[in-house]
Amino acid sequence: MTDLPGYPSRRNFLKGSAAGFALTGIAASAEAQVEAPVSLDEYETEYLNGAEWAFIMAATARLIPSEGDGPGALETRVPVFIDRQLAGDYGSADDWYMEGPHAPDAEPARGWQTPLTPAEVYRQAIPAFDAWCQSSHGASFAELDAETQDAALTSLSEGEVELSSELRDFWSLLLSNTKEGYFADPQYGGNAGMQSWVYIGFPGARAAYREWPERHNIEYPLGPVSISGERA
Amino acid sequence: MARTEPKKDVVIVGLGWTGSIAGIELAQEGLDIVALERGHDQSTVPDFQYPQQIDELKYGVRLKMMQKPSQQTLTVRRSGDETALPYRSLGSFLPGNGVGGAGTHWNGLNWRPMPEELRLRSYVAENWGEDIIPEGMNLGDYPVSYDELEPFFTRFEKVAGISGKAGNLNGEIQEGGNPFEGWRSEEFPMPPHRATWDSQKFGEAASAMGYHPFTASAGIASTSYTNPYGMQMGPCNFCGFCERFGCYQYSKSSPQTAILGALKQYPNFEYRTNSEVLKVETAADGKTATGVTYWDEAAQEEVFQPADIVILSSYQLNNVHLMLLSGIGGPVYDPVTGDGVLGKNYAYQMNGGVSLFFEDEHFNPFVGHGANGIALDDFAINQNDFGALGFIGGSYWRSGTFNGQPIRNMPLPSGTPSWGAGWKEGIGRWYGHAMSIGSHGSHMAYANNHLDLDPTYTDRHGRPLMRMTFNWQDNDLRMNQYMKSKMEPLAASMNPDSMQSGFKDVGAQYDVRPYQTTHNTGGHSMSETAREGSVNRYSQAWDKHNVFVMGAGNFVQNTQYNPTGLVGGLAYHTVNAIRTQYLSNPRPLV
Ligand SMILES: Cc1cc2nc3c(=O)[nH]c(=O)nc-3n(C[C@H](O)[C@H](O)[C@H](O)COP(=O)(O)OP(=O)(O)OC[C@H]3O[C@@H](n4cnc5c(N)ncnc54)[C@H](O)[C@@H]3O)c2cc1C
Ligand code: SF4
Repeated sequence: MTDLPGYPSRRNFLKGSAAGFALTGIAASAEAQVEAPVSLDEYETEYLNGAEWAFIMAATARLIPSEGDGPGALETRVPVFIDRQLAGDYGSADDWYMEGPHAPDAEPARGWQTPLTPAEVYRQAIPAFDAWCQSSHGASFAELDAETQDAALTSLSEGEVELSSELRDFWSLLLSNTKEGYFADPQYGGNAGMQSWVYIGFPGARAAYREWPERHNIEYPLGPVSISGERA
Repeated sequence: MARTEPKKDVVIVGLGWTGSIAGIELAQEGLDIVALERGHDQSTVPDFQYPQQIDELKYGVRLKMMQKPSQQTLTVRRSGDETALPYRSLGSFLPGNGVGGAGTHWNGLNWRPMPEELRLRSYVAENWGEDIIPEGMNLGDYPVSYDELEPFFTRFEKVAGISGKAGNLNGEIQEGGNPFEGWRSEEFPMPPHRATWDSQKFGEAASAMGYHPFTASAGIASTSYTNPYGMQMGPCNFCGFCERFGCYQYSKSSPQTAILGALKQYPNFEYRTNSEVLKVETAADGKTATGVTYWDEAAQEEVFQPADIVILSSYQLNNVHLMLLSGIGGPVYDPVTGDGVLGKNYAYQMNGGVSLFFEDEHFNPFVGHGANGIALDDFAINQNDFGALGFIGGSYWRSGTFNGQPIRNMPLPSGTPSWGAGWKEGIGRWYGHAMSIGSHGSHMAYANNHLDLDPTYTDRHGRPLMRMTFNWQDNDLRMNQYMKSKMEPLAASMNPDSMQSGFKDVGAQYDVRPYQTTHNTGGHSMSETAREGSVNRYSQAWDKHNVFVMGAGNFVQNTQYNPTGLVGGLAYHTVNAIRTQYLSNPRPLV
């Protein structure tokens, strides 16, 4: 087994791994986190305003709920990930071609055609969706009960929520950004404690499996490491 | 023009796979060379270092190694009736950017074409008659044969460091290799890789059905290796961060691991990064190029770089764009009249696959490399009876883990919710318990699929974007459906808990959003005469004899394989012609 330069010996990981592997959720994250980050309630957003933050907290909590096996979006701090992504060059579509003329009505198969950046889509779509929740369910999304929230998200996913064509990719953005935050390296703010990796059995940034190709049908035993050297 | 640089013997446009090959081979001639690269400089150390490189979000999803559409892109429409719209964010294909180009972050699936694929029109005519060629299909022969290219395929494979097992050595079929491949003059430089569990299962099932599985050839080192330029590679550790990533150890074949370190030693070679070529300048007589104009990002000014020879090696899409902007490569193709050549024969790749779920088995999908797997060619171009099957084409199949990264690789049985408690339950249950088999198929050239300049959209320099007119065609879709009908029984014979297929069917419309392949071909096709294509058999522009154009843009139609084996072979064929025929007497070589 190759040891990584500057990292504790991987052999030592083996010893802890049997236990580490069985751990999910809070326990694993408590073990892995060197320094507990501020709670989501105290987190100061970089991009999202108060109402947007409340929406993202509530929506991601339904997209990846806490109940059942495995961590949810809130335990893994997915909202922090989304906020930071929108504040950064992804949110402002720095790498994308954004010159006009725009054809937001074009068929979805033609790709991103709205004049808005991802951050602008969130900014305009959240109040529009909240207004729809008000008129259809009597309250903004964050204030609905979980069951009604699920129904509202189902309507959003099925295109039943009237959104202008500039905003029509909101659902797919929200869902993909949520899953990104769940599975990305923790340095981006989500996947706290690598809990999602522990849950599914992905070893993260280990990236050294020389002896493994021919270990057929044997479950890989080691827990994940992150880019910054965290272990879980 | 703000600045003119001292004249060079050779200017190379783009320092990826083909630009690096041109650079080192011509540097050996003692020529004074400058390579201009649009993107940044990057090397194994420090740019691809562990652990920073092992970042799915940054490289796999945000695509930080690729061409940024804000810097350069194109527009796409599916027929002449549609208005082309910009390819604003990357999806279907991912052109490279920066030193090494897409050669840095490719998968390393290195294949040669079949001999029949290089003379496909003749092969069809001889066996079934020209009548079976569908209307609108531009089926052609390459102006150069497999036999002529064989030494150059071998050369590229030695330089790139390819692992595999020959199936046909000088006409003798070899145990363990691909019995249907074209002849090889030599065994692969490195032995084949070990098989992971999914590939092993696939190979056993294929053998049981009487097929002929073999280990896929890979631009991934299986042992320690030193190439003809003295560059060293070490064995791959199946890190799984291969496609879309630079290799953090010296294992994946790339311009960095195979060429650039040696090339930089030549005092007569120089390269400039953040230097985007805007135009090839031509002489008043119209017969030659005088050099190129590029944008110097640091100085924020245009620069004229005079040179005696211009090598275009900026990837298929960029080459065609530059040729359209510079008036090189013949008259622009017009799909209505069929006249013209530049932009003609744009083709792509027709792929499909089956996912199989085995709840009680462990595939460890993160253990793999970009070209991992067992493959078979029993449904290849030279195995199919086109007349009986009703299509012209074929595919190779492969199964092997190559990327178990969970944002992008989370196959779930159909019916699993895409969010909520059901999704979370599904990922816990199925991650690591799925495998897939892929069909990688041919794509022919058609009268309606072509490239020209867009009338509306411009780039940051004010130049028109290139416009792609492209849609799937029935012939290739029928081929894909045939593969489905053959692959599903094989998959079922493996007794998965469940399985599901993804094969485009007749009527499918091109969707620019999901990644498909970065195997864009044609547009500056090679041809027997100047009336049929943009370059001759030596990839020399028919209309400007000191311009040589490298890359898959030379393809007459796409093959059923990943393109780089043919791209590399053609690049060595071209530089050989420059060295042995052109330098002593610059002229049109045909
Ligand atoms: C994710 C991915 C996976 C792939 N996997 C495979 C595979 O498994 N097998 C296979 O056969 N092929 C594969 N390919 C394709 C393979 O990478 C290409 O065939 C190969 O790199 C082409 O070589 P090239 O020299 O033509 O272009 P590149 O290697 O891309 O080099 C072109 C260079 O030109 C530069 N350039 C572009 N425009 C300009 C300009 N105007 N001025 C200056 N410089 C410019 C670019 O920045 C780039 O560095 C893959 C590609 C991608 C993106
Ligand atoms: S899988 Fe192998 S070749 Fe690919 S990046 Fe990892 S170590 Fe390099």
